[in-house]
Amino acid sequence: MAIEIEKPGVGLSKVAVSETHGEDSPYFAGWKAYDENPYNESSNPSGVIQMGLAENQVSFDLLEKYLEEHSEASSWGKGAPGFRENALFQDYHGLKSFRQAMANFMEQIRGGRARFDPDRIVLTAGATAANELLTFILADPGDALLVPTPYYPGFDRDLRWRTGVKIVPIHCDSSNNFQVTPEAMEAAYRCAESMNLKVRGILITNPSNPLGATIQRTVLEQILDFATNKNIHLVSDEIYSGSTFSSSEFISIAEVLETRGYKDSERVHIVYSLSKDLGLPGFRVGTIYSYNDKVVTTARRMSSFTLISSQTQHLLACMLSNKEFSENYIKTNRERLTRRYDMIINGLKNAGIECLKGNAGLFCWMNLSPLLEEPTRESELALWKVILNEVRLNISPGSSCHCSEPGWFRVCFANMSEQTLEVALERIHKFMEQRRRRN
Amino acid sequence: MGLLSRKATCNSHGQDSSYFLGWQEYEKNPYDEVKNPRGIIQMGLAENQLSFDLLESWLAKNPDAAGFKRDGQSIFKELALFQDYHGLPAFKKALVDFMAEIRGNKVTFDPNNIVLTAGATSANETLMFCLAEQGDAFLLPTPYYPGFDRDLKWRTGVEIVPIECTSSNRFQITASALEEAYEQAQRKNLRVKGVLVTNPSNPLGTTMTRDELDLLVNFITDKEIHLISDEIYSGTVFSSPAFVSIVEVLKDRNLENTQVWERVHIVYSLSKDLGLPGFRVGAIYSNDPIVVAAATKMSSFGLVSSQTQYLLSAMLSDKKFTKEYIAKNHKRLRKRQSKLVAGLEKADIGCLESNAGLFCWVDMRHLLSSDTFEAEMELWKKIVYDVKLNISPGSSCHCSEPGWFRVCFANMSEDTLTLAMQRLKSFVGSIASKDRSHQELKNSRRKFRTKWVFRLSFQSFHDREQDER
Repeated sequence: MAIEIEKPGVGLSKVAVSETHGEDSPYFAGWKAYDENPYNESSNPSGVIQMGLAENQVSFDLLEKYLEEHSEASSWGKGAPGFRENALFQDYHGLKSFRQAMANFMEQIRGGRARFDPDRIVLTAGATAANELLTFILADPGDALLVPTPYYPGFDRDLRWRTGVKIVPIHCDSSNNFQVTPEAMEAAYRCAESMNLKVRGILITNPSNPLGATIQRTVLEQILDFATNKNIHLVSDEIYSGSTFSSSEFISIAEVLETRGYKDSERVHIVYSLSKDLGLPGFRVGTIYSYNDKVVTTARRMSSFTLISSQTQHLLACMLSNKEFSENYIKTNRERLTRRYDMIINGLKNAGIECLKGNAGLFCWMNLSPLLEEPTRESELALWKVILNEVRLNISPGSSCHCSEPGWFRVCFANMSEQTLEVALERIHKFMEQRRRRN
Repeated sequence: MGLLSRKATCNSHGQDSSYFLGWQEYEKNPYDEVKNPRGIIQMGLAENQLSFDLLESWLAKNPDAAGFKRDGQSIFKELALFQDYHGLPAFKKALVDFMAEIRGNKVTFDPNNIVLTAGATSANETLMFCLAEQGDAFLLPTPYYPGFDRDLKWRTGVEIVPIECTSSNRFQITASALEEAYEQAQRKNLRVKGVLVTNPSNPLGTTMTRDELDLLVNFITDKEIHLISDEIYSGTVFSSPAFVSIVEVLKDRNLENTQVWERVHIVYSLSKDLGLPGFRVGAIYSNDPIVVAAATKMSSFGLVSSQTQYLLSAMLSDKKFTKEYIAKNHKRLRKRQSKLVAGLEKADIGCLESNAGLFCWVDMRHLLSSDTFEAEMELWKKIVYDVKLNISPGSSCHCSEPGWFRVCFANMSEDTLTLAMQRLKSFVGSIASKDRSHQELKNSRRKFRTKWVFRLSFQSFHDREQDER
């Protein structure tokens, strides 16, 4: 007798079978297309070039040089004590030397304009975990977080999936370079209220993904004032803080708090990670820095579900406490990213494409709205498919970032060699020429 | 400043339980052979410190593994960028092979069905998120690992309903206990989604019998619910009976590719068997592709560092090493456990006969001033503050009978264990001489002089039950 196969989904949680992990969006579909036909300079020169992955590959040589010269970082020294102590270390407070090194690194990135207390640092396996964890702590299921658009597509999963929290967008547009305004924040808040959602906080990414631009001081002040007036939390994801092209242009929320004498700072929490600045996404190194004692204590306990490998903490404690290394790294990394950025901006300009003026990050925010048949999301996706299949570049359509204006695309420039970037720019140039000739 | 979430302000993280308080006392006054010889000896931490030399010698012979090199070539960049939640294929393969080897190669595992997580803590929570939600419950046999109260319930909203096990039959699971737990859940308006067992058991240190496993399979088949088998201690089975994994039972009963096959999930980790809790290496193994898919995506919130995945893929692929490690580790654990049991015996203390784990389940009922949990706490405090041993009281493991304690033996040197046993002997001796007649009168029914034997008469159990009610 045939055994009946259970219908899929029976017996699993709603969370397990929901779509809120967001993996059906084009953001991930483009990834697939790349996986199936990846560009390779020699073996597959006509393959898809990956420009949808915000990775930093421009400074690995600096890391490798450090490792070569400091083998103690990736081993445990001669003799027993180093290894077993490290292997046994599962304290959710995290390695003190590593927290100290992280605090120092974060200070260096901000040019010493803000101080960080290592005891306020909570370690998590990546910023992905940090953002989810904070959401669990700051909001209850059914509550809402306000997030300016366009935003990192991963937030749909990270902030909402298992937490049951909702995202209400703060709409930003090109009329003012996509900056957040008090009016837009008010509108989002009212929108949440009309849906009977309790707003628990506002989450910003600074420097912004996907805009590739830092938030101006006046805007930061407005956001902080808004959070204070509504008595809600402010989370500042500063994962790209070390990837600003000039040190002075990035203003961290920490600096704003410092200027205000840390008054009313218990509502502010900063997320950081080494995935972008150091190019180490595989090592899963994220942090939450909170000015709220209860949040620090709770986050620390919750971090049990997402601790950083002690082997990795040890490696990075060594590396980042080496001032010579970290200072040189930050400076050199910045210079190389700037160079890459200039290269892509000029290349796009020569092809007749404008971008948002950027000053940070691993990508630029490209404006292809003049190419759209109609100013609609459908047209944008149609154009995106053409770029993916004909030009063979995987770039991220603005709609996957919840951008309210169709036609914008995020294009990464730091996850490939310069030669590959040249090839990509040539293809874009050709594509634009063909279109002009057709018209 | 806005309030925090309910999760942040509730107590479900369980951090106020005695399990953690004992830890705190130890931190204030930790034993050190040289610097603090009268400090508290930590016997509440289930760590395996017996086989580090084997790992260290392997590392010394294979420097490439920690040095980001493969065949002499640097793969640093490749590893640094590798954040694929499907995990490093070489590591998954090595891990499933290791799991099979631990089970005497009586079963095989498919690397495509394994999901890597940052420790078993993360694996258990992730499975809860996949299988259950607020309003649901999982049944757990008592006594159980105190951490489950946090891991399974805190952020998931899932409830735990205990399956009461007692010393009358070595704390084994019975059909009636299962039924009772199920009914209790229903009375509380909770929907039972599954059973979670730890096999080998923490805190008992015993492997589940085939009968128990059969019972479980029958139960979850009948109720159409899930079974999670946390086999984190599977590599610590040091004496007979041999470890029987749930998958072996399913295989032997020809239940592969049936509905129940897809409702059984295994949790594993390298924290206990290899002694690497700091490296955060856990895994979920499931035959349900939907669970694997959902858990894989969820693992984004707790991936294993690629640096660590690579190191361990090299180590566990070395079959010569794994064979030697498993054998030597068993031998050392067996020797250490015997030492603890003998030491306890000298103090007239018995324990549950065990064949696995990093601890013994010790019977101190005869030392209680009364058959109550208050008396257990009283005794525990004396042992922590006066005898200066941090052991885990049974109540923190939700044991239904007062007087049992979990005592770890693999997280210290042999000399320290000897000292701990001496302290215990003195303590028991001092009580005995102070209060000999009083003790005998109270505990005449329950006194055990030597190693506790399986055969406990039904009569005495029955009498005790009536006393307690």
